[in-house]
This record gives sequence, structure tokens and C-alpha cells, in this order.
Amino acid sequence: MQKPLISLKNVKKYFPVGSGLFGKRDRWVKAVDGVSLDIYPGETVGLVGESGCGKSTIGRMVVGLTNPTEGEIYFEDIKLTDYRSKKKLGKNLQMIFQDPYSSLNPRMTIADIIQEPLVLHKIGTKKERRKRVDELLERVGLASHYGGRYPNQFSGGQRQRIGIARALVLEPKLIVCDEPVSALDVSIQAQILNLLKEIQEDMGLSYLFIAHGIQAIKHISDKVAVMYLGKMAEFAKTEELFNNPRHPYTKALLSAVPEPDPKLRNRERILLKGDLPSPSNPPMGCRFHTRCPMAMEKCKEMEPRLLSTSEQSMTACLLYKDKIAT
Amino acid sequence: MSIKEVMRRFRSERLAFVSFIFLLIISIVAIFAPLITPYNPNAQNLSNILANPSFSHWMGTDNLGRDIFSRVIMGTRTAIQASLFAIIIPLSIGVPIGIIAGYLGGIIDDIFMRIVDAIIAIPGILLALGITAALGISLWNAMIAIGIVAIPQFARLARGQTLQVRTEPYVESAKISGAGPIWTMFKHIIPNISPPVLVQASVNISFAVLAETSLSFLGMGAQSPQISWGSMIQQAYSMINLNPWLIVYPGVATALTVMAGNFVGDGLRVAIDPKLKKL
Repeated sequence: MQKPLISLKNVKKYFPVGSGLFGKRDRWVKAVDGVSLDIYPGETVGLVGESGCGKSTIGRMVVGLTNPTEGEIYFEDIKLTDYRSKKKLGKNLQMIFQDPYSSLNPRMTIADIIQEPLVLHKIGTKKERRKRVDELLERVGLASHYGGRYPNQFSGGQRQRIGIARALVLEPKLIVCDEPVSALDVSIQAQILNLLKEIQEDMGLSYLFIAHGIQAIKHISDKVAVMYLGKMAEFAKTEELFNNPRHPYTKALLSAVPEPDPKLRNRERILLKGDLPSPSNPPMGCRFHTRCPMAMEKCKEMEPRLLSTSEQSMTACLLYKDKIAT
Repeated sequence: MSIKEVMRRFRSERLAFVSFIFLLIISIVAIFAPLITPYNPNAQNLSNILANPSFSHWMGTDNLGRDIFSRVIMGTRTAIQASLFAIIIPLSIGVPIGIIAGYLGGIIDDIFMRIVDAIIAIPGILLALGITAALGISLWNAMIAIGIVAIPQFARLARGQTLQVRTEPYVESAKISGAGPIWTMFKHIIPNISPPVLVQASVNISFAVLAETSLSFLGMGAQSPQISWGSMIQQAYSMINLNPWLIVYPGVATALTVMAGNFVGDGLRVAIDPKLKKL
């Protein structure tokens, strides 16, 4: 069996909220509360969920911008949580950001932005780096003479391409895409998604693709993880998840997608009641039971674990518990 | 936003641009002052005291028969030197303190900022007086005091801006690629916090000129034979009944320079961030 490229083992991230008079911290926001996830070489794992469900925090932990409170992250069997290994392995992990305007330093030229990782890792001579920048600019669909310009001379879509070029310059094995298209026009979104796909085919890299829009996820992912309040609700192959969603939350998410075909418009729409509970004080039992249309009495007490519901999917819901036993 | 764009917008701020030209002229005058003055500014001519303005003495003479015009010209040197001190000292001490406090945060931030708060609690001119008194009365020490007084504002400004820039995705991106604190500060933070710091520096010109004039007026700055607008006003003030014009020339020179400094600061602020124009 293939070994996972990156592996999250029961990762938790708690943020302190406020502090007492003497800096004592007693209240925590449980942004990520026990997530395990494997990403294999060459695949794209999509991560969806509402705002505040912890999906961006997972991305930030994978690239090392923040450390997990508990649990471990492994990169090809090497533990990532200590700083030294991160510095050495850092060039295998890159990130593409949501906001194409604030992700490029306005006071650096495009060439300087793209080659910054090379300079930091002391790779190549000036001439070689310059050549690499030109190659990458062309790879992401920009003219190589753009290198001398500043970010403010480019549109949102072009800036996102520059961000992709910067992420590619060290030839990483995994790129965390943190909502890379949600700030862009719809017409540009598809271009960027296709570019990411092409690059993946060329270079064989993996993506952790974070988004709140389920359409972009469907387009690009091989597997999809659905998150709710810091926990994974369902993890399945993309086709399986879209054709046969199991968790009530996944069903609700899918039914919220606008349907362009008028003939299919009459399908059932699941509307969730209430608001997302606060992650500093998540509900007891199953976190989704306060809004779940199928909630049972036992959901208030028992917390479901993520268990296989078919060969291609795992679900954390008590509705499916019995099927596992048999 | 490029430098060119800022320059273009700054030029369209008429008042600020004119003020900038004015300050530029004053600086040039200060550099070449000894070549410009028609008389030796300290040469006394006791047979021609308290003269009214004439062709030979454009602004008249004082109670010792010294040419006022030459003295005002020499006074620009002191004013410009004070401005330079009030910019260089806080830029080289206050800004690094602010950047380090903002970037590192935690206990270092707390310590630095509480000290800064304590300094800010004392009125600027009073603090400058105190520092001058402690260092010994001289023009040199007065200028150092003016520079020290400006440190807290620059530290605060730099810290606030650093806090903002520190969390920008481009800084995080550099971190992912292995950038350390030194790289981040020089490549990302300093270039991006410099516009507001420069605005503060230009506003500080007027503070420095005013502070230097005040200290010299109080006898804590320029000592004879050094010439400052402040000490000129102080001398003229005792003769206000004999020749009220004496006080006008150094007073107007001070007022114009202070105003020009303020206008340039405002103009730069608008040029860097056009959204502020309406305020």
C-alpha cells in the first residue's frame, strides 16, 4: 500500500479566549478538535465547512504557521511538530492564499516575490533564479517580462497566478490552497482551478484544497472532508460524497447548492435551523444535534466517531452506527 | 501604490507642494547661510542701533546694531539642524523599538510600551526642558532633547503598523518558505510601514522648529554667539517698546516654517492614502 504524504493524527488546536488578571487562560475556542486525515501523493483532498469550522486552521497547521495544541502531523513519516524538522521540510509544503491582494508584498517586484523562497533556501545563482522565475511566469500563463512590475499593476486573477508561481518555485510536494478562488470572479475561478489541475498532472503534487463553496471542491478534489465545528463529519471519495451523502450535515450542504437545471429544481431542500454554535462551548454529544433534522435522543449524549460506512466513505453519525456492527 | 503615484498626488496638493518648496529653499539657505548673509550676523555697529528697515539693512538692526536679516538667515541653520535631529534620533531609536515590540509581542512588547507610555505622559516641551537641564544647557543638548522627546510617538506608530503588517498573508508566505525575523523585518515590515513613518517625520519638522525656538527663548538652547530665532525673539521681546519690528521677523520665520512642516505632513498623508482627503 502507498504511504501517505502527509498524515494528521488526532490533531487539536485550541485558542485561548481572553485572559484573566494574571494572564490565566481558562476559556478556549476549540477550532480543531481531534481531526485525523491522510493525504496521498498526487491526490487532492477538499476540505469544506462553514466559516469558523476550523478548516483554515488545519491548513495553517499543515504548513507550520501554527502548531497543534495536541496531536501530531507527519510528513512522509517525519514528525512536523518540532521547529527544526519544519525548517528542513518547509520547502515541501507551500500555501496559496485566499486574498490575492494582501498575499503579495506591494513593495516587491513580481520577480522578487516569486524567487523569495529560492533566496531564503539559498538555491541557485542570480541568473538561474531569474530563469526559473521566467519559466514559472510562463507556466502560470503570464508573460515573462512581467517580472519587473509591481503587484498593483495586476488584476485579482493575475495576482493569484503569481501566488501560484511563488508556491511552485521550490517544487513542493503539497500545496495548501486556502480558498484560492473564493475572492475571484466566477469566470476567473474556473481558469484558476484548471491551472491548478494542469500543474498537478505535470508535477504530481498533492493539494489540500480548502473552500466553503462545494462546487469548486467537486471540480478539483479526489476526496472530500466535510467539517463541522472542528470535527470531521464525513470523509469520502468525491463521487461517493456527491452521489450518496450519508451525514445529515453533508446532505444539507449539498442541497444548498443552487441547481441550474430547472427540471431538477423541485428536489428536496434541507434547511438547517438555528446558527452555528460557538466553538468555545460546543454542544454535548454529537455537535450537530442542535441543528440536525434527524437528531435522536441518544445524539445528545453520545459523541459519534468517524467510522467506515462504505469502502469509500467514513461518517461520524450515530445513524450509521448499527451498520458498522453487522 | 508606487512612489511615482505618490509624487504625482503630492504635487497636486498645491499648499503642501508650495510648503515643500519653501522648506527646500530654507534648507538650501541654511547650508549656504554664510555666503548669503550681507553682514557678519554677529558684527556690532553701535552707531546704528535699532534702525528701521532700509536698503542697506533690509530688516533693520537690533539693539547692538547687528543686521537682523543676516541673523534671520543664520537662524535657519539652527532650525534645520533641530529638525534633522528630531527626525534622525527617533527614526534610528524609536522606529526599531516599535518594530521589535510589535513583531515579537509578549513581554518585550509590554516592557517597551509601558516605558513609552510613561514618557508620553510628560508634556513634550517640559520633558525637553528637563533633559536639557540634566545634560547641561547648550544648543547641542537641546537638540538631543528634542530628538528624545519624539521617540515615543515614532515607537508607537511603528509598533501599530508592524502589528498590522505582521499578519499579512505575504508575511506568512515568507514564513512558510523559511524566512526568519531579520529577513521579515527588512524585506516586508520596514518597506510597508515606511509611508506613515515618513508622514510622522515630516510633521515632526514643525514640532522640532517650535521646540528649538521655545527652548532658545527660555535660554535653554542657543547661547550667544549662536543664533536662533528663539533667542532673537527673546532679545527683541525686552525691546518691544523701542522697536516692535524686531520681534516680527524671527517670529514670522518660525511661524512660516512650522506651518510649512504641517502642510507638507498633511499633504504627504493624503498623497499616500487618498481616502483621507475628505477628512
